[in-house]
Amino acid sequence: MTMRSCPSFSCSLHVLPVDGSYLLSCGSDKSLKLWSVGRGTLLKTYSGHGYEVLDADGSYDNSQLCSCSSDKTVILWDVATGQVTRKLRGHAGKVNCVQFNEEATVILSGSIDGTVRCWDTKSRRNEPIQVLDESRDSISSLKSLPFLAFRSVDGRVRRYDLRMGQLHVDLINSPITCVCFSQDGQCTLSSSLDSKVRLLDKSTGEMLGEYTGHKMKGYKLDCCLSSKDTHVLSCSEDGHVYCWDLVEGSLSLKLPVGKAVVQSLSFHPTETCLLTAMEGRVQVWGAQPEEAQVDTPVSQNG
Amino acid sequence: MAADSEEDFVSFGTPLEPLEEDEPLKKPVPLHEQTVKDEKGRYQRFHGAFTGGFSAGYFNTVGSKEGWTPSTFVSSRQQKAEKHHARPEDFMDEEDFGEHGIAPREITTSQEFSSSRRDPAAEKARAVGAQAALIPGDSLLEELIAPARSSVGVELLTRMGWKEGQGIGPRLKRKPRRQLPVTAGVCKTYSCALPPAGSEESEEDDEEFAPEDVTFAPKDVTPVDFSPRLGVQGLGYRGLDPCLALPGQDADRHVHLFRPQSETRSRLFGDRPGGSKRGGVAGQVGFNPPQALTGGHLAGVHLTFDPQAFGVGALEDEDEDVYHRDSMSRYDTVLKDEEPGDGLYGWTAPQQYTRRADRSRDAAYLGKILDGFTLAQKPLEQKTVFPPPNLPRDYRPVHFFRPPVNVSRLCGVSPALAEALRSSRGHMVKEEAQQGGRHQLDSGQRGALLGEDALQGSGSEPGSVMDLLRPEDRQRLLNLRTATAQRPSQAPPPGPAPPLSGLQQEALAAWRGSSSSSSSSSQSFKPFENTPGKQVRYERYLSRLQQGDAGALEQSLDPAMTEWERGREREEFLRASILYRPSSSSLSTRFTRAQQPDAEDAGRDQQGDSQQAASGTFGKLTRETLEWHPDRLLCKRFNVPDPYPGSALVGLPKVKRDKFSVFDFLTVSEHQEATAPPKPLEEKKSRWDVSKETGRTQNQAGSKPTGPAPDHCPSPPQGAPAEPHTAKEEEEEEEEERPSMDLFRAIFITSSEEQSSSSSEEDGDEDEEAKGDEEPVKLFGIASSPSSSRLAGPDLSSSVDFPSMPLALSSSSAQMPSREEEEEFGPKLPPPSAADATGGATASYQRSNRRSKEKKQKKKQQKHRKEKKKKKHRKHKAKQQKKSREEESSSSEDGEGVQPSTGDLLKRLKSIRTLNTW
Repeated sequence: MTMRSCPSFSCSLHVLPVDGSYLLSCGSDKSLKLWSVGRGTLLKTYSGHGYEVLDADGSYDNSQLCSCSSDKTVILWDVATGQVTRKLRGHAGKVNCVQFNEEATVILSGSIDGTVRCWDTKSRRNEPIQVLDESRDSISSLKSLPFLAFRSVDGRVRRYDLRMGQLHVDLINSPITCVCFSQDGQCTLSSSLDSKVRLLDKSTGEMLGEYTGHKMKGYKLDCCLSSKDTHVLSCSEDGHVYCWDLVEGSLSLKLPVGKAVVQSLSFHPTETCLLTAMEGRVQVWGAQPEEAQVDTPVSQNG
Repeated sequence: MAADSEEDFVSFGTPLEPLEEDEPLKKPVPLHEQTVKDEKGRYQRFHGAFTGGFSAGYFNTVGSKEGWTPSTFVSSRQQKAEKHHARPEDFMDEEDFGEHGIAPREITTSQEFSSSRRDPAAEKARAVGAQAALIPGDSLLEELIAPARSSVGVELLTRMGWKEGQGIGPRLKRKPRRQLPVTAGVCKTYSCALPPAGSEESEEDDEEFAPEDVTFAPKDVTPVDFSPRLGVQGLGYRGLDPCLALPGQDADRHVHLFRPQSETRSRLFGDRPGGSKRGGVAGQVGFNPPQALTGGHLAGVHLTFDPQAFGVGALEDEDEDVYHRDSMSRYDTVLKDEEPGDGLYGWTAPQQYTRRADRSRDAAYLGKILDGFTLAQKPLEQKTVFPPPNLPRDYRPVHFFRPPVNVSRLCGVSPALAEALRSSRGHMVKEEAQQGGRHQLDSGQRGALLGEDALQGSGSEPGSVMDLLRPEDRQRLLNLRTATAQRPSQAPPPGPAPPLSGLQQEALAAWRGSSSSSSSSSQSFKPFENTPGKQVRYERYLSRLQQGDAGALEQSLDPAMTEWERGREREEFLRASILYRPSSSSLSTRFTRAQQPDAEDAGRDQQGDSQQAASGTFGKLTRETLEWHPDRLLCKRFNVPDPYPGSALVGLPKVKRDKFSVFDFLTVSEHQEATAPPKPLEEKKSRWDVSKETGRTQNQAGSKPTGPAPDHCPSPPQGAPAEPHTAKEEEEEEEEERPSMDLFRAIFITSSEEQSSSSSEEDGDEDEEAKGDEEPVKLFGIASSPSSSRLAGPDLSSSVDFPSMPLALSSSSAQMPSREEEEEFGPKLPPPSAADATGGATASYQRSNRRSKEKKQKKKQQKHRKEKKKKKHRKHKAKQQKKSREEESSSSEDGEGVQPSTGDLLKRLKSIRTLNTW
């Protein structure tokens, strides 16, 4: 599974949500690629962006994809035909992150211009529904839950609670690279450039856990939670994937992936299966069913 | 001819009247006035398109005036002998005979006098008929019968010596060009084949023997037939012609696609009528073309069998030429000058390039030249490629952008403005850059640059007309001038002085009353440093401005300068004084002085939070919760009920917008009143005090009056007189205007917003407890009868509300302009930098707007009271929360959809954390 010319910074992985058998990767070859996780074959290539693709997401039913790029656009794709359904322009700078909401009715996109734009996919309107421009710096990561939109900025995690109509701002004194939610939506995991991954309580903003040991200084690397919220995983610049126990906070696994920077990782939604991206290679790591602690590389497609 | 053709235009109908822009739109003509009249002015009624249009029959009947009897009926008893013959014209009315009718009657030139233009249709018909005649291609019989008659023009020409086949014009003294026959000339326009080579050669030879003294008629020019192609067939296509299938005389000759013979036919069939078919039916009567010409060349047409549609015929010997190949080389691909003699003016049909020079060069070329190509006359110019310049060894490819503004010069300006100026590319940088420009110099400097001698008179001063005057005259003029100049300063300005422009007023407002410290600092900043005299004048102007002199600008200008120079300087001074206005006035419209030291409010953000974040204790201190209004559509798309139904706000209703561009500082507000600048400052100040006072502890309020600088106190001359006026008007408006929904909701609904927004308000509660006892009474009194609050007036209500506050403050807050939407009460207010966010806008608010907003503010204060009451209740809840923090995760507040497994995890986790922290 080789993706050509994928530089170290801009490669991102996503497992499509339905049954986790599809993988979406995007990178600086201006295209999105759809892979089959099980077989490791390239299924489709979606090209249409003018610059490197920075992030992508799939809708709940695997029928649509959205991607964002340095060309300031957000593109909504049709999965089957590979055609561009809509091209959304409006950001003033490159778009760092993009995300569907639960029903794929809204695309949220966060850009370097400090705004998050909410695009309506149902109507043909070309203007965003709402622009969240409270941030003072580039939006680096963005996650959406059923009732709240989430994004992280320079040192601050802003959580827009749509249901309550509130904005919660949590200060984390360091540039945040990635934000994700726990499966139950109660905790937020945020990794920042001070080489720390923090688990924060959603409602109060208290810190529940802090996970250190990895190295994250300059790149925008991903972090994620395992499928059952038992472990915290994070990329590292030293070529390992670090895995901590969520509760204990102890390092449970240091997975050597390669020599270069692990750019992106994604955890399988149902199985204990981890995907990593490094230097244009996507690797799938599976766990042996009896013990969840030890991960062994099952398939390594180069 | 060209001039004639312009006059020949026939215009039909009445031209539209030229449109005039300013003209108001005409009223549409009503239906009953839309009438139609015929030529004689009789009204015509419209009967519908299917019943005859206008005025069908007699009063819309089929009958006539006499009834059903047609007018042609004549009793046979009286006029038996006469038989009436009906002609078509009998059934036509005058419209039919009219210009656009079916049988127009108009005066046309008769055939005899018409020009020699032949009717193509008739000609073609005859030619086609001749093809099918006994002797094909000949209309001998017709020629015998029909008298040969030529038009007048032809006759005139022949009398002048013209002959068929010659051109028209004076005879020429040149070698006779080859006069191709008409048919050949025409054929050339159509064909792509070579003309017969033999005749050409012989004619070329003939040229050599042309005698000297013989004049020749000009060449006949064949008009090129630009008939458009109608079909979709390719070039040169012609359909199968039955005439061609006739047994030809010489079957061995092919009918070549591009042969002259075929051309005649294609011309016959493909010709479009070139001339207008004017006259319709009547115009075609008595057509007679000149016979000599047509007959002549039709006779030469050979009809042959066309083998192309049928393959090689049995009678044909050669079959190599059957499939005629046409190549692009036969066509022109380049527009170029024609050879003058080949009779094709402007016609780009293929032609032979027979220039001998070309041929010789072609022959010199060794390789094979493609058809249709010739060797280039000039060899291609070689493109010279220059190598890039050699870079010096120590060259570093770094581009420095704009030069930094010299901040040392700006020492009089506040650091914020200096920062803004440095990072911007505004006027200031530009002006400094252009300081040495041509137009910045005065005449003296320019003269010095050019090395001119100083004009007579004073050498140092710029030369003016004054120098040329005699001393006594000059003295007199100066006296006059000073007298007029001093008058406006002594007398009140409105009389002789011109009304101040907006810029002048602004400058005056900005500089007036600025203290000596600022003036000294402003003088340390010298925009006209390069010209000392100008700088001196500018400083004089500034000092006068500070004294509040309205005529400062005029007085400070040098009276000895010319009018143009003075106008120039006036402009420059004005600009400079506004741009570099003292920081106190320009920035005070944007900023307020902090009341507490920075560490207290901003520090909560910066120091406190970051310390907390650094130490790893996240929680309330690092959490900031704001009210946020999502778009209604967004809620809909997320399948979530709108948290604020009915609110038109989107986004954060009360947040500081700190995304200021530099240009916010540099743009000068236009609508500022001359007296305005001190006012918004003072208002904003007090405004903040109100909100802050309520939130913060009372003892702070007690020490408050010492806090702000004396200039923050409301200025009595402006605030006080306005007070009764606004109060009175408030009463009037109260009856008309219905309060907004927000007000009602604030009073009657215990909204979730209020509950949720005050999670971190425990600290302020102790102080409010004492106040809370007396408040409910007042609250209900006001809420039940709003009129009582109206009667109480702003002074009373606000002073009761905040008893410890100085009265002046409350009054100023009551007459303050709006911004009530952004107003926030309570201690959980974000740091007061919001004041500068909205402060800039307050000054320009409309007066009428202000009144309604004042009213709203009063109501909000009521709402605020209610809020406080609620806080008291919540306080107990908060205490309970403190005690049982472990249960928080499973409590109803955040217990939405907790999965059992992860819930357990979290519980474990939290217990660990709490053990660690406590």
